[in-house]
Amino acid sequence: MSKNSAEYLINRKDNQYEVVIGLEVHAQVLSESKLFSTSATKFGAEPNTQVSLVDAAFPGMLPVINEFCIKQAIKTGIGLNAKINKRSVFDRKNYFYADLPQGYQISQFKDPIVGEGKVILDMPDGQKEVGIERLHLEQDAGKSIHDLDPQNTFVDLNRSGVALMEIVSKPDLRSPDEVSSYIKKLRSIMRYLGTCDGNMQEGSLRADVNVSVRIKGSKEFGTRCEIKNVNSIKFMQMAIEYEANRQVDLIEEGKSIDQETRLFDTKKNETRSMRSKEDAHDYRYFPDPDLLPLEISDKFINDLKNNIPELPDDKKKRFIDEFKLSPYEATILVSDIDTAKYFEEVVAKMGKNRDMKLAVNWITGELFAVLNNKNLEISQSPVSAKNLAILVNLIKNGTISGKIAKTVFELMLDGDKDPQKIVEEKGLKQQRDPKAIEALIDKIINDNREKAIEYKSGKEKLFGFFVGQAMKASGGKANPQLINEILKKKL
Amino acid sequence: MSDITKQSLTELVENIKNKNLSSTDITKAFIERSEKSKELNVYITDDFTSALDKAKKFDQKPNLDLKLPGIPMAVKDLFCTKDVKTTAGSKILNNFVPTYESTVTENIWNEGAILLGKLNCDEFAMGSSNETSFFGNVQNPIDKNLVPGGSSGGSASALAGQLTPITIGTDTGGSIRQPASFTGTVGLKPTYGSCSRYGIVAFASSLDQAGPMAQNVKDCALLQEIISTYDPKDSTSIDFKRNQYSKKLNNNIKGKKIGIPKEYRVDGMPKEIEDLWQKGIQYVKECGAKTIDISLPHTSYALPTYYIVAPAEASSNLARYDGVKYGFRAKGENLIDMYEKTRSEGFGAEVQRRIMIGTYVLSSGYYDAYYLKAQKVRKLIKNDFDEAYKKVDAILTPSTPSSAFKIGEKTDDPVSMYLNDIFTVPVNLAGLPGISIPAGHDSKGYPLGLQIIGKAFDEQNILNIAFAMEEKINFKNKITDWWIE
Repeated sequence: MSKNSAEYLINRKDNQYEVVIGLEVHAQVLSESKLFSTSATKFGAEPNTQVSLVDAAFPGMLPVINEFCIKQAIKTGIGLNAKINKRSVFDRKNYFYADLPQGYQISQFKDPIVGEGKVILDMPDGQKEVGIERLHLEQDAGKSIHDLDPQNTFVDLNRSGVALMEIVSKPDLRSPDEVSSYIKKLRSIMRYLGTCDGNMQEGSLRADVNVSVRIKGSKEFGTRCEIKNVNSIKFMQMAIEYEANRQVDLIEEGKSIDQETRLFDTKKNETRSMRSKEDAHDYRYFPDPDLLPLEISDKFINDLKNNIPELPDDKKKRFIDEFKLSPYEATILVSDIDTAKYFEEVVAKMGKNRDMKLAVNWITGELFAVLNNKNLEISQSPVSAKNLAILVNLIKNGTISGKIAKTVFELMLDGDKDPQKIVEEKGLKQQRDPKAIEALIDKIINDNREKAIEYKSGKEKLFGFFVGQAMKASGGKANPQLINEILKKKL
Repeated sequence: MSDITKQSLTELVENIKNKNLSSTDITKAFIERSEKSKELNVYITDDFTSALDKAKKFDQKPNLDLKLPGIPMAVKDLFCTKDVKTTAGSKILNNFVPTYESTVTENIWNEGAILLGKLNCDEFAMGSSNETSFFGNVQNPIDKNLVPGGSSGGSASALAGQLTPITIGTDTGGSIRQPASFTGTVGLKPTYGSCSRYGIVAFASSLDQAGPMAQNVKDCALLQEIISTYDPKDSTSIDFKRNQYSKKLNNNIKGKKIGIPKEYRVDGMPKEIEDLWQKGIQYVKECGAKTIDISLPHTSYALPTYYIVAPAEASSNLARYDGVKYGFRAKGENLIDMYEKTRSEGFGAEVQRRIMIGTYVLSSGYYDAYYLKAQKVRKLIKNDFDEAYKKVDAILTPSTPSSAFKIGEKTDDPVSMYLNDIFTVPVNLAGLPGISIPAGHDSKGYPLGLQIIGKAFDEQNILNIAFAMEEKINFKNKITDWWIE
């Protein structure tokens, strides 16, 4: 039935269920200072060293909007192809907790800074559009630390007041894979824009995941559960899988699903009820009277629009058009801004007589393998784009063979050495003198007379044996094409 | 020495500049009188020792170019003062010493003034009689067991009792003008956005405004030009052209059109208030101004609107007093228990009442019917004034519907207490400037005030009108020093 091979369905005896997922992603704004104060936002600082009187909610302290954070949110909105709202309002979300010094979080409720938009996902079976409902700015809370003392909880306010963008998707996602792809795409766009570093280990990107299920083909949404604060793609996928199956099981048993907030226990791989709808907080949202509504001019928005860098979707299109890459190759190269930068630098350094295919293969093959092994980001690559370009050119112009290139590449890893110099110092230049190769081959044929006769009598497989011998004799340096040609002639 | 404390600010500044008096002379005089005035209970925290040191230091190297050269003064305990305890009249901040200074007080010290201490006020400025203070009632110098009004009751008493030459208060619904009226002094509530709210303990952010209190209009104008500055640390501070109000003070109000709003003639208003108002109308006419009958049709909704908006904001503003970071903390079994005990023991009854009202009107299901509706009515009230100001330059009303009442008289009846602010509250809701000046006495000899309401940012105009009326009225406060030990 399914025309879509990647369709994610949960099968029970008589029923097929579709999973409906919407995400509320919390992305920390990349900014030196907080949303309403001038405190620093550096990750990993000593507890309570990046806290101003405003962040700690001292009496009489007032929030002042950090314009840079506003710009970051608008840029992100532009990256999400979204409507930028020229008037937005900061509201207070009231609740008590020890790591919320004001007793309320400043957020945006009715009038967010960014409205509807969309994101395109590249799935194995084609593109998929995911709707964005809104993006709003809000303050992060501090951090409660419960495990330092059996009696007391400690509070670190370094994070208190840090700017977050909450990006709310429409319930358009249908599988854990789509969720993974969506998060990666959001992350990629924000990294291109420099609006969020997307570092999930440091908590710069986390999500509340809304999951519901329904009989395939049904138009109605099922009752949803919200899984709070999941901080890795893997855990999101695991949580969705568990939660969707739990809901399907309930329906199959004839029970109903309670709308509730749940937690994902990463150790037990299960979701657990945190609070039901009845226990939901009444946040008593109202416009923050300490802040005037935020009014943004067309000029302010246009100035930002005019300075938006090329984003992944456009870059991909250009890579396909300009460099004749396959969509698959282009997708890999643009998915991360640093990879794209590296690739473009290699392209630039290769010069006119460039071999794009070869360059792509070397980046996605050898280089990625090394980075993976050493657990490095491409920005920390031991081989610079410039030297990789030189290496690719050495192969392209026949100075070295692909095989020798791998040896050279290994040597380059130690201190980003110039491949040209390695080739010269180690004498790895390809043997291209036909006379020398002829002499070499003559000797091999002589030494292997019987095999030569077998070859001539039709055992053509032995050709490879002679090529191998010739290569070995040349120390791998002989030009393989010349070996082929001369061997054919001689045998 | 005793006549030093009777001098107005203007006289004191003159005497300092002419070297007739030193800062030490003046500071000593106010401290000595304050020491003898404990019964008034105006101080929550005095800073006398430090004040004398500062005065001596000033005298060693006097800078006479300043506007308040070596002038000692006490301020309402709602202003955060660096290294001096700031309580907001509450137990919950009884041990709180700020490490920072409010912009308004900073402006004052920058002009050479010296802090005498922190003055009593209603808890978190919630009250009209100073009876909600954790630190006890304040006596009105006018008569024993008479409230000084509130919430800036300590400020008004200290000023009328000549314990400080000038002072500052805050006004959310009348907290400067009503106590000024009850004590026979002058109090100005500036336009919202005129004085920075930075470092002032918040009650209701969209209504709170600091303002000057003084013995006369000229002193009031001088203090206003000092405290009103644009402050980027307060996002609601407005960057408009501020006058040198005292220099531009002018009693020529010929041809000014003064509106008389019929809706301020409320049911049950004592005849002596009506008479006072008529006298006021007479005075402005004698000064050459014209009076015009106007209508502010939504006036009767102002008080209910105020008692939704202000508690709503307060319920959120006071959430930070939770025992976690600073201030009073009660012991609890767990976090929630600690919150409940801290806030039950730390806040007084009136503050708790308003937090509950505010929480209620913001709750889902009630928000639209109360808070949202109130915001709409607030807009209508503002529109009323906008309409009126197409026809008039300023509006004249009584400051309060009665003179000062006895301590304890209204404590069991919050609504009758709230009614005290009926003439002052609309001004806050509309964000306008209003000034109360003493205009006469009632049959008991207690002072009564008249209020002049101006257009936004038009403080100069109402100061001028007040200045002209002040001359005509020639008010004399009847202070007998009954409390002096």
